[in-house]
Amino acid sequence: MNWRSVRAIATKDLLEVRKNRLAIWSIFALSCFLSVGMPLLIGLLPFDVGPAGGDLGPFEALTSLLPPALQDLPMGARMVVLMLGYFLAPLFLIIPLMVAAIIGAESFVGEKERHTLEGLLYTPATDLELYAGKVLAGAVPAVLAAYLNFAAYAVVVNLVSAPLVGGFWFPTITSLALAVWVGPAVALLGVAASVLVSTRVETFLEANQLTGLLSLVIVALMVGQGSGLLLLSLPVLLLVGLVLYAADIVLIRFGAAIFSRDRLMARA
Amino acid sequence: MTAAIAADGLARSFGPVRAVDGVSFEVGRGEVFGLLGPNGAGKTTLIRLFAGVLTPTAGSARVLGLDPAVEGSAIRQRCGVLTESPAVYERLTARQNLSFAAEVFGVPVHEVERRVDALLDRFSLGERADEPVGGFSKGMKQRLALARALVHDPELLFLDEPTAGLDPVASRQVHELVAGFRDEGRTVVLCTHHLVEAEDLCDRVGVLAKGQLIALGTVRELSDRLLASSPVVLSFLSPPSDEVARAVAGVAGTSIAGRSDRSLVLSALDDETAARAIEAAVLSGGRLVAAGRREHTLEEVYFALQGEAA
Repeated sequence: MNWRSVRAIATKDLLEVRKNRLAIWSIFALSCFLSVGMPLLIGLLPFDVGPAGGDLGPFEALTSLLPPALQDLPMGARMVVLMLGYFLAPLFLIIPLMVAAIIGAESFVGEKERHTLEGLLYTPATDLELYAGKVLAGAVPAVLAAYLNFAAYAVVVNLVSAPLVGGFWFPTITSLALAVWVGPAVALLGVAASVLVSTRVETFLEANQLTGLLSLVIVALMVGQGSGLLLLSLPVLLLVGLVLYAADIVLIRFGAAIFSRDRLMARA
Repeated sequence: MTAAIAADGLARSFGPVRAVDGVSFEVGRGEVFGLLGPNGAGKTTLIRLFAGVLTPTAGSARVLGLDPAVEGSAIRQRCGVLTESPAVYERLTARQNLSFAAEVFGVPVHEVERRVDALLDRFSLGERADEPVGGFSKGMKQRLALARALVHDPELLFLDEPTAGLDPVASRQVHELVAGFRDEGRTVVLCTHHLVEAEDLCDRVGVLAKGQLIALGTVRELSDRLLASSPVVLSFLSPPSDEVARAVAGVAGTSIAGRSDRSLVLSALDDETAARAIEAAVLSGGRLVAAGRREHTLEEVYFALQGEAA
């Protein structure tokens, strides 16, 4: 594998994405909403303070995830902590997924639509190097975006909830695991799937729509958490991450194995 | 010395369509070879097969001694390809386009900047090197694409319609470049619709029709094989009268193939008949100022071939 070639392809793609205003603004808007707007809105809701240790009804199951120091908070404060720190946390994974999906979906079919694919296929980069370059171009910004957004989310959550909770409490160990361990796995899943789809479809729109189906993974995590069926405790998160990384490896290897310059050129 | 390119029964189908159908020929090293044919004749597919980005459905090829079906990457490392559309990255600057190509083609790191600057200057793009290519004219994009094809100093160049859509000045620059490539000893395969361009630049041409190679050789060889003897052109001081034309046409073995304001083009003549036709033109009052044989143009050869193929 010629890594210089892989890096050149990834760098070129990142330069192109940087100049794609629509993509940048879409990512920025979603990031602002999920990392700043949403915690701000929930933190400022007038929750009833209620008694310490009072029952939270359908969200009571989530209370078991709270660290001991937060278990005796008044009901309203616990509700805010649960919403921001646990129930909505999986939603945050949409950011790496979306960044990965936008860049990945553009990878091959985008080049085809802009009539640059043929020039790329005439380079000496091997099929594997081309594929790896495209995956890298999606994965790096997706993971970076995940970390940056997590940092912004942590700041906003602490600022809006500190008066209720009585101090800074975020990130919790599970949210940290979600961001640091599961986030990159989701980013890779998005890239692997979108690049693969991008080699098989005719338009960027088609690729983007198909890749959008991956958000069902996030929805499943949220529903599991909210319903109490799959509480995202630390061991569960580690396991979810492992499963996702395994799926990433399978998907990337499969994508690289079926990648065909001939097939792409025949349809260029 | 081995040929730069050797195709042996090379074929490629897309579903039921045979884009290239059993093509065999060789291109010598240092040769400028023209691939001619109408749209859909298989020229671009042939280049893709030689560059190893398409695999043949039958037959084989050797390019620079390598097999494109299994050593495509090594071949592309030594080839430059100018695609039919410039295929440049419009969101990037000219410098970024060339730097990317230099990196991916493995130009030594310490040489990238110097080589990119040299190409920007050579192709008169230096002043706008740091502007996004999207704002460039078609000619500038084509020059950038040519510069990109040369960034790794390739020994073999495939130029697919290099002057399509260019103005005459830009076309002339491209012609000078191709002539320069020949002087540098590079092998060039030129796909073109411009028959005058091919005639001026190419040592030999191959003519494709419906994926098959229907002719191969120099323009002279093809015209000798396909057409009758070269036409004789009689040029007059003033337009030749009908009487002059009748007198010339009356010479046995002569026919008038063309007539313009001040000339007659006679075909199918041996030298003896040509002398009698010239004499008849003068004796019938034609004010002849010049007479001589003219080689068939590539255009005449091409249309004769396409007529045969049809």
